Amino acid sequence: MATVLPPPSKRQKVAQAEKAREQQEIQSIPSGLGSVRVQFFDQATGDATGPAVSVPVVDANIKNLETLLNTLQGNDDDDRVPYRFTYQSDKEGQTIDILADLYHSLLQPGIKTTEDTVSLYYTPQAVFRVKAVSRCAASIAGHGEAILATSFSPVSSSTMVSGSGDSTARVWDCDTGTPLHTLKGHTSWVLAVAYSPNGAMIATGSMDNSVRLWDAKKGQALGGPMKGHTKWITSLAWEPYHVQETGRPRLASASKDSTVRVWDVVSKRIDTVLTGHKGSVTCVRWGGTGQIYTASHDKTIKIWNPKDGTLIQTLTAHAHRVNHLALSTDFALRTAYHDHTGKVPESDSEKVTAARKRFEQAATVNNKIVERLVSASDDFTMYLWDPSSSNKPVARLLGHQKEVNHVTFSPDMAYIASAGFDNHVKLWNGRDGKFITTLRGHVGAVYQCCFSADSRMLVSSSKDTTLKVWDVRTGKLAMDLPGHRDEVFAVDWSPDGQKVGSGGKDKAIRIWRN
Amino acid sequence: MPQNEYIERWQKQHGKRLDHDERTRKRQARESHKQSHDAQNLRGLRAKLYQQKRHKEKIQMKKRIKEQEEKNVKSSAPDEPSKTPLPQYLLDRSQATNAKALSSAIKDKRNEKAAKFAVPLPKVKGISEEEMFKVVNTGKKTHKKSWKRMITKPTFVGNDFTRRPVKYERFIRPMGLRYKKANVTHPELGVTVQLPILSVKKNPQNPLYTQLGVLTKGTIVEVNVSELGLVTTSGKVVWGKWAQITNVPENDGCVNAVLLV
Repeated sequence: MATVLPPPSKRQKVAQAEKAREQQEIQSIPSGLGSVRVQFFDQATGDATGPAVSVPVVDANIKNLETLLNTLQGNDDDDRVPYRFTYQSDKEGQTIDILADLYHSLLQPGIKTTEDTVSLYYTPQAVFRVKAVSRCAASIAGHGEAILATSFSPVSSSTMVSGSGDSTARVWDCDTGTPLHTLKGHTSWVLAVAYSPNGAMIATGSMDNSVRLWDAKKGQALGGPMKGHTKWITSLAWEPYHVQETGRPRLASASKDSTVRVWDVVSKRIDTVLTGHKGSVTCVRWGGTGQIYTASHDKTIKIWNPKDGTLIQTLTAHAHRVNHLALSTDFALRTAYHDHTGKVPESDSEKVTAARKRFEQAATVNNKIVERLVSASDDFTMYLWDPSSSNKPVARLLGHQKEVNHVTFSPDMAYIASAGFDNHVKLWNGRDGKFITTLRGHVGAVYQCCFSADSRMLVSSSKDTTLKVWDVRTGKLAMDLPGHRDEVFAVDWSPDGQKVGSGGKDKAIRIWRN
Repeated sequence: MPQNEYIERWQKQHGKRLDHDERTRKRQARESHKQSHDAQNLRGLRAKLYQQKRHKEKIQMKKRIKEQEEKNVKSSAPDEPSKTPLPQYLLDRSQATNAKALSSAIKDKRNEKAAKFAVPLPKVKGISEEEMFKVVNTGKKTHKKSWKRMITKPTFVGNDFTRRPVKYERFIRPMGLRYKKANVTHPELGVTVQLPILSVKKNPQNPLYTQLGVLTKGTIVEVNVSELGLVTTSGKVVWGKWAQITNVPENDGCVNAVLLV
């Protein structure tokens, strides 16, 4: 006696319908559209690469375009470079990313027809790929108070330093999830931590108005406190590796007392004092061309020459205090000669050459070294600057509805991400400052954000106790990382992309990995 | 010249009495004695009025003393702007920390498991059914069986409630005694916010009263805390939280509650 299957329930029917609908949406390119002529342009220089090529529409997907471009450039099979293609229309100046293929991005919306020649701008992407962090590898207790700053070593993702409200900084072994060293000495909160570009030293700035230096390997103090500031330290910046005098690295510290002091790290003396700001200096950056950029509560950004401590330029446009600065070359400067291959040059001169090469590679646009600067402010806007060419901003980045706290350039300079107190992270085009998308998802103020080394991911930390990993290209949430038990003040993605370290008010460091 | 300023006029014409200053000084000096005498000896309505007046005066006095004290404080620059460590970018910002403190306080408390079942008012006085319900006997049939009841206490009635036909309506919850909002105090912070009530979770008197949404002292209600901006560990906004009613709403005309954290 055969039992008859009961008819499907409503839930099953709905699920089936849903599945059918989703499956239908798998996009196929209709055949018989013929071919389209494609002209490639280099995004960095704006020059055309090769002649216009006729490509069948059916085959015009990213993968094939990449192969075609690699062939046009004569790259060998082993050093093929992945590219990102964008289409820039001439009239409205809008930029469209080619997500999967030409048909769905350009032809189907009617932006271009098969009759036209499509000009595609390409940018090389990182040859390596960073996986999105997805789980908490370790939650390490140790700090007695909230964690205020974190930073990975530029050498590898295995060590990280964190500064805390318990007036210590701690160095962590991220592979095993254990503490390595406790850097004791400060008498108040440690507000800023920074690894030197060669990864040998750690500088910490504190609420007790002093800066201290530590040996990153041994965890010992290098000399006593460097005193001079009269208010707390807000930000630290090391001199880029290729600009340093051999054996005499320098460090810039910004303070609430509205000065920036440049320290000679070896003799522990003040090299120069940059005075001129009228309010607390919130952020300091040392550019690869040897200039120091500072942002302040007095609404200005100043550019200094650290050799003689003279002011080069003052950028005024903001209507309220400037919170944060980011350089387009930040990533290259931070990692100096440490690249994704993990090979370290042997001699010092080779290291400097490698660091300089990496910087120049990152900064060259149209065969000129251009260091762009983006500044975030309390007036809800950001400005994109090109200080070498003009003291007028390139673009004003409008869109945030509350104070913008943090801004960062992607390592490939294509994107700017900004984190605001309006719960949103916004993505902007790194070249012209055009708005790309808003990353919605946080339910509290977003404090910091950090790009992965390949610029394909972004991690943001928020007051709502979570970290969120975003896919930069699609603007979607890639991974939600709850786990912290209170607001997350600091987040950093290791320069090799393996790990994310975060710390916050719950006093525990968390290491995240894929 | 206004009609009633005859004293001033007299003083302008003839000067003050020679012993005027001394008299005023003495009157002032005896002021406290008089006040004390009045406070001890007045009876009845006069005493009540006198106490009211005195109460108001005292409030003003205390305020003024406090102002004075604050003015006199020699302020030295605080070495740390706040007690809790904050990152550089949050220093120099005036923060609305209330909701934040709420959130962390709640989390801390959660850790203590025992606190889960403790409520601020563990015991309440029982309310008899006679006191709670009034028998409605309008109409002959209703009168004969006396099955209809009117609730004499404040109630919470949900938004989607529609009354049943008269014939079937056993319990009447009077419109005038319905409440939608509660003044909810956070016990640790001492901030009070008016929040919409979402539902009645538990009336300690009787499960039936829970069902009917009766608001008496000690009742646990769920309130909408979304505007406080609390977040869960997974980063979602907390929407409803429980609170216990601390007053007798029918006496006060409002619902006061304390948040359970």
